[in-house]
Amino acid sequence: MSATRRTVAFGAAVAAFVFTSTTALAQKKYDTGATDKEIKIGHIVPYSGPASAYGVIGKTEEAYFKMINDNGGINGRKISFVSYDDAYSPPKAVEQVRKLVESDEVLVVFNPLGTPSNSAIQKYLNAKKVPQLFVATGATKWNDPKHFPWTIGWQPSYQSEGRIYAKYLMKEKPDAKIAVLYQNDDFGKDYLKGLKDGFEGKASLIEESYEVSEPTIDSHIVKLKATGADVLISITTPKFAAQAIKKAAEIDWKALQIVANVSASVGSVLKPAGFENSQGLLSAAYAKDASDPQWQNDPGMQKFFAFLDKYYPEGDRLNSSVVYGYGAAQTLAKILEMCGDDLTRANIMKQAANLKDFTPDTLLPGVKINTSATDFAPIEQLQMMRFKGEKWDLFGDVISGEVGH
Amino acid sequence: MSAAAEDAVTEAPAAVEAVPKRAMTLGTGTSLVILAALLVTPMFVKNFVVFQMTMVMIYGIAVLALNILTGGSGQFSLGQSAFYALGAYTSAVLMENFNVNYALTLPIAGLVSFGAGYLFGKPALRLSGIYLALATFALAVAMPQLLKLHFLEHWTGGVQGLTVMKPDAPFGLPLGQDKWLYYFTLAISLAIYIGSVNLLRSRSGRAFMSIRDNEIAASAMGVDVAQYKTLAFGISAGITGIAGGLSAIVVAFVAPDSYTINLAIALFLGMVVGGVGWLPGSFVGAAFIIFVPNIAESISKGLSGAVFGVLLFLVIFLVPHGARQVAIVAQQMLGKLKKN
Amino acid sequence: MELLTNQVLAGIATGAIYACMALAVVMIYQAIDHLNFAQGEMAMFSTFISWQLMQWGVPYWSAFLLTLAISFAGGILIERLLFKPLAKAPVLTNVAGFIALFAIVNSVAGLTWDFTIKQYPTPFGSAPFLGSQLISTHQAGMIGVTLLMLIGLYLFFQFTRIGLAMRAAAALPESARLVGVNTSWMIALGWGMASAIGAVAGILIAPVVFLEPNMMGGVLVYGFAAAVLGGLSSPLGAVIGGFLVGVFENLAGTYIPGVGNELKLPIALALIITVLVFKPAGLFGRAIVKRV
Repeated sequence: MSATRRTVAFGAAVAAFVFTSTTALAQKKYDTGATDKEIKIGHIVPYSGPASAYGVIGKTEEAYFKMINDNGGINGRKISFVSYDDAYSPPKAVEQVRKLVESDEVLVVFNPLGTPSNSAIQKYLNAKKVPQLFVATGATKWNDPKHFPWTIGWQPSYQSEGRIYAKYLMKEKPDAKIAVLYQNDDFGKDYLKGLKDGFEGKASLIEESYEVSEPTIDSHIVKLKATGADVLISITTPKFAAQAIKKAAEIDWKALQIVANVSASVGSVLKPAGFENSQGLLSAAYAKDASDPQWQNDPGMQKFFAFLDKYYPEGDRLNSSVVYGYGAAQTLAKILEMCGDDLTRANIMKQAANLKDFTPDTLLPGVKINTSATDFAPIEQLQMMRFKGEKWDLFGDVISGEVGH
Repeated sequence: MSAAAEDAVTEAPAAVEAVPKRAMTLGTGTSLVILAALLVTPMFVKNFVVFQMTMVMIYGIAVLALNILTGGSGQFSLGQSAFYALGAYTSAVLMENFNVNYALTLPIAGLVSFGAGYLFGKPALRLSGIYLALATFALAVAMPQLLKLHFLEHWTGGVQGLTVMKPDAPFGLPLGQDKWLYYFTLAISLAIYIGSVNLLRSRSGRAFMSIRDNEIAASAMGVDVAQYKTLAFGISAGITGIAGGLSAIVVAFVAPDSYTINLAIALFLGMVVGGVGWLPGSFVGAAFIIFVPNIAESISKGLSGAVFGVLLFLVIFLVPHGARQVAIVAQQMLGKLKKN
Repeated sequence: MELLTNQVLAGIATGAIYACMALAVVMIYQAIDHLNFAQGEMAMFSTFISWQLMQWGVPYWSAFLLTLAISFAGGILIERLLFKPLAKAPVLTNVAGFIALFAIVNSVAGLTWDFTIKQYPTPFGSAPFLGSQLISTHQAGMIGVTLLMLIGLYLFFQFTRIGLAMRAAAALPESARLVGVNTSWMIALGWGMASAIGAVAGILIAPVVFLEPNMMGGVLVYGFAAAVLGGLSSPLGAVIGGFLVGVFENLAGTYIPGVGNELKLPIALALIITVLVFKPAGLFGRAIVKRV
């Protein structure tokens, strides 16, 4: 099935009859999944299985679209959000995405999570010319409009974040002995590549990997301390990041620690690890941290909190996935708005590649979403920050971590 | 004392029940009806349903392989995902790196997995019951880590996995990719099913079952227990490998995350739900592990795991012997109808 | 040399986690003669209960004792409601039941308490123990509690009537019934005790790995491995098995060149299987003589 460009003649006629303004003259164009009343959005995320922690993203987005609908929808159309469980298994992801496209007939597949799942569905969606919109993974490969014109990323790539740390260290601590602890999966490996590219071979890294199945990573920290390294780059997911921070403090290892953005949450990583152990920690961010006291009165975050109170009261504010889902959903709402009455898949990709200085409520001041026909990496900016007291202090400029293709 | 007397019937059951070999299959008539239904259905349903049915058959083959091992020879495995992964990667690597035709990769995948299973079966010979379960469990846990190994990355694609080209129908047949792969899988499933039924009816099959029912007695009767036990492991692994290879072709993607311990557990559940030792049940079990999570999720997203667990409990409470029990009851009712 | 001592010490500290869990595994094995895959999740749930009690203002030790009581009752309840009806079903069906229980407990905990990690307090503090930074007072306390539980279990199974009855009920149910043991209730009791021991394990492990619904996933694999290595019928074996697995895994990760670090779990498991090939009943288990 190529993009079936159905012009709903009947709908258009009715609309022309009702509205006599100029909008009626603007031609309405729809693909499967869009009508005068409704836009159907498909979504997959693990609700069950070992990665079910991410299910919160799906629930947040569902709540966000409920809010949109309660406020009249987008250009008069309600969002119908169909979200399925892929249990973080690539074969299941293929099954569910095919169900979304072929049975539920959604307009786009939005924010599918995880590098393996997205890799599994990428070819299919591009062959079907269905947008694979704002994928929820930081792998660099999603920014490839030449080969995959229907796939577009959202968050900064892991590699670009890795480069930023490398550049910082080369400038501030050129003689450092650097240890890297990374998770042995696509996330860890991509980061590591970014770091190595950033150092351009000017520093030798002591690499140590761990598996997600390990109950604790204490022994890795002990081993890395014994190497005499004075910098630890911790490319870890939240639980392991907290363990690393705590263990390093316990064994009195006073290395400068850099923690990956995914694990920089004040409430769900640093607080459990102990604020006293987290002082001086470095990281980089693109979004505001809902558990960081400095954003309590920020207008954008106030909107976010108001949304949580009304539409997702059971959502945990400490969970960075909630902030994430809100930002991604807001970006989708923005491009649907930009599409106007031309709700074809081609136009959605066109608008997604046409974002200029868009700032969702939850992004850091100065971080803007920009895309173009050759740049499918929406968020590319990050700012370095240092943990002090009970909050992050942002410092330096907002850095663009563009990774050339 | 009365409570104890009541409980006297709760004799600890044998690890695997004895299933007579005639009870392992379906009657000819039923089989033909089902086959006809399978041949015709794809004409009337959407492509993704065809894809789901293909996946049911593929998982069905893998559950069938486990059934030969457990229901046939009485050995227990929680490591089937490892052989499935081995088959899938063999097919994927051959297709992508060496340009081998997809159909030709399947026998190779089967052979490689057979070899691995046979070799694994050797030391596993000394283990039984829970110890064997742990050994196979270890294999399943280790497999994704082995696939990620950095010096294999050149072939396996490491953590990123490998994307595979989906084949078109040959000879200019007017079939879409999904329908073609469906019939391709159906043909292979059928071949494997008939082969397995005959295997269990053969001399080797009888040897398997004698080991299952009583190892010492089997050995006293002159069955080479060690030989047949490793053979059962090898055959089961080989068939699982073919299923894995098929899945690589149909899903068109392999990655370490596709073959975690969860897959091994799913295959095990498929066997229990289908009925241990009843070969047609394997496909019922496969349908269970594909569709029931979808049902669970449609009931509650936040609690989909819990709903799945509850549904599973319901099934094993109602029919502790799985689909086989349903089939037996149905058969008896049919028999009564005929007599009347 | 310093690295070696460090890794051995770190291994012992992690091994204490495995040993704790392995004890719970042995306990249930003694009662029902197979492994309970949902054991780790039950322990996690108990730990969440104690955490919740503390959030409500219950002091640590009261919460601890309350949790033990709740877990004990909960274990018995699960057995009576879910597994007693399955007593006549094949063993594999029971295993499927454990998997179902696993899914239910994990999912309910995730929905109730969210997946963000939580800090869990320790009564022992986390200062260095006896001057060594590698073992904290909490880890030392954990090893101490594990040993206490071990002694307790040993005395229970060797010298109390009920302990002996439980062993008899698991090993030879028919003969046990003949001498007047209520085997059905012995099984329920076993579930209760395993659940309570699991709760202790969870409460001790949580300060190290942080409390979250998936915290026991990895631990359970190691707990099984440790229990099997030590011999499923021997609490002492399980504890020693736990420490051995912890130390060996670290040494493999540190000293086997090339693949050691990437494959430390598979290597540890392979070693255990090798041991089992030569000692099929584990290091301290009694060999089982089969009857025809």
